[in-house]
Amino acid sequence: MTRRRVHLAAHFPGVNNTTVWADPRSGSQIAFSSFAHLARTAERGGFDFFFLAEGLRLRELKGRIHDLDVAGRPESLTVLSALAAVTDRLGLAGTVNATFNEPYELARRLATLDHLSGGRAGWNVVTTSDAFTGANFRRGGFLDHADRYERAAEFVRLARRLWDSWEPDAVAADREAGVFVRPGSIGEVEHRGRHFSIRGRFTLPRSPQGRPVIIQAGDSDEGREFAAAEADVVFSRHGGLAEGKAFYADVKARLARYGRKPHQLKIMPAATYALGDTEAEAAENAAVIRRQQVSPQTAIAFLEQVWGRDLSGHDPDGPFPAVEPDLSSDLSQGRVAIKDRAGVAARWRALAEEKKLSIRELVIEVTGRQTFVGTPQSVARQIDEHVQAGAADGFILVPHLTPGGLDDFVDRVVPLLRERGAVRAGYTGTTLREHLELE
Amino acid sequence: MTLHLAVALDGAGWHPAAWRESPADVFSPAHWAGLLAEAERGLLDLVTIEDALGLQSTLPDGPDDRTDQVRGRFDAVLLAARLAPLTTRIGLVPTATTTHTEPFHVAIGIATLDHVSGGRAGWRPQVSPRASEAAHFGRREFPPLDQVLNRPGGADLSADPHVRDLFAEAADAVEVARRLWDSWEDDAEIRDVATGRFLDRGKLHYADFAGRFFSVKGPSITPRPPQGQPVVAALAHARLPYEFAARAADVVLVTPHSAGQARAIVEEVRALSPDLKIFADLLVFLDEDGQAARRRKARLDELDGAELASDAAIFTGTPAELAEVLLEWRRTGIEGFRLRPGALPHDLFRITRGLTAELRRRGAFRHAYEAATLRGLLGLPRPAGRYAETAP
Ligand SMILES: Cc1cc2nc3c(=O)[nH]c(=O)nc-3n(C[C@H](O)[C@H](O)[C@H](O)COP(=O)(O)O)c2cc1C
Repeated sequence: MTRRRVHLAAHFPGVNNTTVWADPRSGSQIAFSSFAHLARTAERGGFDFFFLAEGLRLRELKGRIHDLDVAGRPESLTVLSALAAVTDRLGLAGTVNATFNEPYELARRLATLDHLSGGRAGWNVVTTSDAFTGANFRRGGFLDHADRYERAAEFVRLARRLWDSWEPDAVAADREAGVFVRPGSIGEVEHRGRHFSIRGRFTLPRSPQGRPVIIQAGDSDEGREFAAAEADVVFSRHGGLAEGKAFYADVKARLARYGRKPHQLKIMPAATYALGDTEAEAAENAAVIRRQQVSPQTAIAFLEQVWGRDLSGHDPDGPFPAVEPDLSSDLSQGRVAIKDRAGVAARWRALAEEKKLSIRELVIEVTGRQTFVGTPQSVARQIDEHVQAGAADGFILVPHLTPGGLDDFVDRVVPLLRERGAVRAGYTGTTLREHLELE
Repeated sequence: MTLHLAVALDGAGWHPAAWRESPADVFSPAHWAGLLAEAERGLLDLVTIEDALGLQSTLPDGPDDRTDQVRGRFDAVLLAARLAPLTTRIGLVPTATTTHTEPFHVAIGIATLDHVSGGRAGWRPQVSPRASEAAHFGRREFPPLDQVLNRPGGADLSADPHVRDLFAEAADAVEVARRLWDSWEDDAEIRDVATGRFLDRGKLHYADFAGRFFSVKGPSITPRPPQGQPVVAALAHARLPYEFAARAADVVLVTPHSAGQARAIVEEVRALSPDLKIFADLLVFLDEDGQAARRRKARLDELDGAELASDAAIFTGTPAELAEVLLEWRRTGIEGFRLRPGALPHDLFRITRGLTAELRRRGAFRHAYEAATLRGLLGLPRPAGRYAETAP
């Protein structure tokens, strides 16, 4: 069997609960220099793309703005457009909500980014919709959970029609003949659907990629189906070997229904890593990172999200709380909801009792998702093995430090991946679609 | 005192036939990068970038099927961001509509432009009255624009309820943006290891805006931009938009056709606001030989099949003659100019090399950038956050 190529992307470690800010090496999560640093590092490593998450409302816990994690981020497409000026080949992918945007406008912005980057744009279509985020927008929380992917699918199909509505050679710019656009080459788009009713002409010529790369990041059955139908890349949480293989097999099996081939959808789980000169040192580094990620206050806050109760009186280094969760209240807003809080609480309590863990130790244990821990050699081998075993087509690396968190990976692991022939020696194409071998 | 100089960029220039004589490829980033480098070389205060959520047209509303003019345009905010890292001093003022774009999205987009440019962002808010553009969204029905324009009483759009609503909505949109820009105090990020807190939540504020057209909770997701509030510049031709500008903008771009009109407009605007900066728009064709400029414009008019019409006055002549006009208008209280180059890059070069030199000779233009932010260049103070004072 021929070797599968490992695709790599870089998540900007701004706002998320794995980003470590208390480390002295942690820099600004908002200064453009931070974005430029990480993007240039990723480009030096020959990565397929740079990736930005999005959240349109600041998270809250117990009715107050959550103040423990990194917060504050730029508008995704605007900062990516600026990054297009300081990079040459790196794909530029942004998360943009399909619920609180409109197809004509967003299609236009994405096509603009594709033009301005020479064909490097990607769009992670997320559907998070609720009244909490909706409070920042005209329509409020207008969409039922069940309708989110339906709107997203209609949105993407409509965007695609807009992107396709100019003939590829519409812009003649023939000065002698005085023909700027060829007659009849700008099509009229008319759409009447359940979520959108629009009519008109698009304002941009076909972009270098025709359409930006579509990424999807949901996990439910509807989410997976949407990915199989519409996406080029899936960003998943299933970085482990066994769960990765199950997810991979499940999503790839759905493609045939849409007349698509397995290689037309790349599955790229989020992955974190910790390196060391020896396995023991790597494990030690991983433990240090985990303690930085879960401060005493964060440990309590984490438990409060599951418990639905104020636990601020508890000692994070003390025993697990005796009180039962209050399942009638949800104290956390602006995060993906934790499913089955009763079950989670019961499992955690059992684990804490069995291993005699303090609150903080327990949270460190249950929230750990370091995917790769080891020496550069072993991390390179693990990554390659996951891909060869059919657990992923590659990974979206989530470094824990801004903006230098990828430096060691690119300096130490990428050369080994190149030696193994697991990744390209350098860029062979100019567009994101080419990097991802999507044709 | 230095006069403020802005250039309005759009396509291959403001003459619809300009592309016929221009080497510019309007869809290439290199075209725009070249224009920006030139504008910054000329030490201009800022460039504006035009935009609309519909195709260019010679009709008041809807596409016209003409194939002999530039059609198609980039999103202006993204284009400005693409140019920001390639420049270091010049202000970047994209156009974005207040009618269809969510105020929250505009506010964080412009704040981001301010972050990526190190404090050089502005925003030209613009209403979108066209029914054809509303049809691109399908959420609101607008009366056809020719119906609005042909109402009894003539072209005074401020009498039209549709137009009045659009401006009221625009004022709300700018108000929301300003509240969101202020919603993080400058020092909200504390990184206090001892207490485990990244933020001081006492320095984050809900915008809590509720108006006729929308409500926005806030706070912003984007920390306060370097300028505190990016510069808001509104184009205005009549009483209603003057009122909008006085209420919402830092700079108003007006369109007098003579020094006399300039004086009257300045008086009218000044009565509405004492500190709004007043710039005048002029569409310009410049050559070292005035005849050449007139011939060039006539040639383009002929190629287009019609004499150029514009809301702004059209100037055709030499940079020295233009310098005289600008200085004369300045005496009426106009503080700066936004020049719309008839053809790019030709007229931009005449501005950045010829006109600036003429003005300098008369002691009316800078020899070096004297500030690092757009507010600094325009002599606008950095606003204190509105919520900062109310904190205990
Ligand atoms: C790996 C991953 C990353 C995600 N990133 C974002 C994000 O940046 N912004 C966002 O609004 N939602 C994000 N989501 C949420 C999804 O878009 C989706 O709304 C959520 O997973 C619920 O959908 P589901 O029921 O299909 O899983 C992410 C989800 C996953 C699995």
